[in-house]
Amino acid sequence: MAHYEAPKQSKASQLIDVLVLVALTVGALFVPLILNMAGAAKTVASPEENPTWESLGQNAVQAAQYEKLGFTPETAHDLILARFDYSFTFGALLVMIAVIVLYYWLMLRFSEVEYREVIAEKFGK
Amino acid sequence: MADIDITSKDIDGMGPHGTKVGLLRVLGPAHIWALGVGIVLVGEYMGWNFAVGKGGAYAALIACWVAGILYTCVAMIDSEVTSTVAAAGGQYTQAKHIVGPLMAFNVGLYLVFAYTMLEAANAITAGYLISVVASMTGYSGELDQRPFIILVIMFLAWLNYRGVLATLTFNLVITAIAFCAIIVLFLSTSGILGGGIMQHAALFEGHELPYGWIGVLAAMHFGLWYYLGIEGTTQAAEEVRSPARALPFGTLAGVMTLAIAATLTWYLCSGVLPWEYLGDGVNGSVAPLFDTARLSGSTGLLWFLGFGTLFATLASANGCINDASRAWFAMGRDKYLPGWFGAVHPRFRTPYRSIIFLVPIALIFALGAPLDQVITFSILSGLLEYTFMPLNIIMFRKKWPMGTIKRGYEHPFHPVPAIVLLAICATVFFAVFLGYGTQLVAMIGFYIVVSLWFHFWRYRFVNRGTQFTMPWPKPAGY
Repeated sequence: MAHYEAPKQSKASQLIDVLVLVALTVGALFVPLILNMAGAAKTVASPEENPTWESLGQNAVQAAQYEKLGFTPETAHDLILARFDYSFTFGALLVMIAVIVLYYWLMLRFSEVEYREVIAEKFGK
Repeated sequence: MADIDITSKDIDGMGPHGTKVGLLRVLGPAHIWALGVGIVLVGEYMGWNFAVGKGGAYAALIACWVAGILYTCVAMIDSEVTSTVAAAGGQYTQAKHIVGPLMAFNVGLYLVFAYTMLEAANAITAGYLISVVASMTGYSGELDQRPFIILVIMFLAWLNYRGVLATLTFNLVITAIAFCAIIVLFLSTSGILGGGIMQHAALFEGHELPYGWIGVLAAMHFGLWYYLGIEGTTQAAEEVRSPARALPFGTLAGVMTLAIAATLTWYLCSGVLPWEYLGDGVNGSVAPLFDTARLSGSTGLLWFLGFGTLFATLASANGCINDASRAWFAMGRDKYLPGWFGAVHPRFRTPYRSIIFLVPIALIFALGAPLDQVITFSILSGLLEYTFMPLNIIMFRKKWPMGTIKRGYEHPFHPVPAIVLLAICATVFFAVFLGYGTQLVAMIGFYIVVSLWFHFWRYRFVNRGTQFTMPWPKPAGY
């Protein structure tokens, strides 16, 4: 394979490349946050009107530990009763599997094309 | 460009790339242990407890041990490949030689983001700890944590800038203190020395598996936090005196240390703190070991664990700056990123431009995003990296079968660790899907976009054959 001579990159072009990468990174983290699509918030399905340790499902030892931590049944109410919702659809699961498999397939395929060039130039055909 | 043995003990790192000065080969196995355990031990001090919130205390223990198996596979695979591909960049450099440039670019980004996010999470925790100390010592107002977050990141970046030996020696000392704090807390509260305060049976009563078995799967997401970052030992490959000895020894000793620390941590915290409080790392227990010490009633333990928590966060942030900068530097050196980042400081022999550049990035995340999101971003990058590792080792053994090149360490039972690792990664992907599916898709979308950017734009600046720097024969099948 003919030797590939990489072009010299100008300073301005290097700077633009870095800015593009940073913008994409910040976007990947903050866009889901801004769109309120980030994470699984816990919710209280059945609030207790006048909570007691018993009505919150706490035995004497558990209640004592909460009190040592400075909680009352009122202040511990949301902490104790909030739960995640793990329900999901198989359609969504299949989409996620497809996205992951597609991603790795793309990586391996494109990498293989590039790798063959590297090996051909390094070792010859 | 001449082939130079990068594992040579006679030359410094970076020799193969034709630069005048390289990274210094000054580290030993203890520094490798300190780098790996130092990055991770903070996971026992904060963050792992989100696993309790996901599925209850038993689920967190199962997640701890299954994640332990995952990381044992990671350490075995990594030790073999890194002791052979001994160069800065760790898994990035492995991927470049074994899988191909685009995979290497992605792996490099996984590393940088996993460590930079972890660094941000550490700085957030350090700021929180200082606010707790302020309130314990009589300050009544709401302490602004931001100056302390900035100070932590700036100070540690400065330390990294000044030299790797001082950086990792500092890590060795504070990591050892933080590990000792866990042992002392265990001895003091479990009944071995004096009266015990553990009440597992009563605290678990009625809440054994609050979500059932799906909660156990969900807990796997944060189960990784017990060990996340141990694979970072490979980043020091170009700065250790003997890669073939120090890397496998430091990494495997690190995994064993963490398995012990993680199990003790679970035992201590779940025996004292109610699971709902323990499992809520935002509104409940931000620093569970510290909270456990608080409930022990001992002022000495309280301060010791307070310092242990602070030291663990500092050690982790310190190691993360070290690792993220090496990965960024290695990519810059190969022109995968602008070549400006591939410079070594002429006096301190550190990748100083990469260290400085990543400071504002870490600050953006530390000051602008909530802790659980930052942790999730870090975990997702780590997970994508762990999924790459089985593919990497299978291709490595296929392209260079045993006996064709000299390996510093050969891991046993191949391909069993690779298959087990892949299976556990699939389980963790499902766990992430249960709670953070949107972030997972957003993150993979990000990697697909930057991959296209790399393949169609950035890669033109990369020299083809010269990026392959290992003195190996042609791979089989090419």
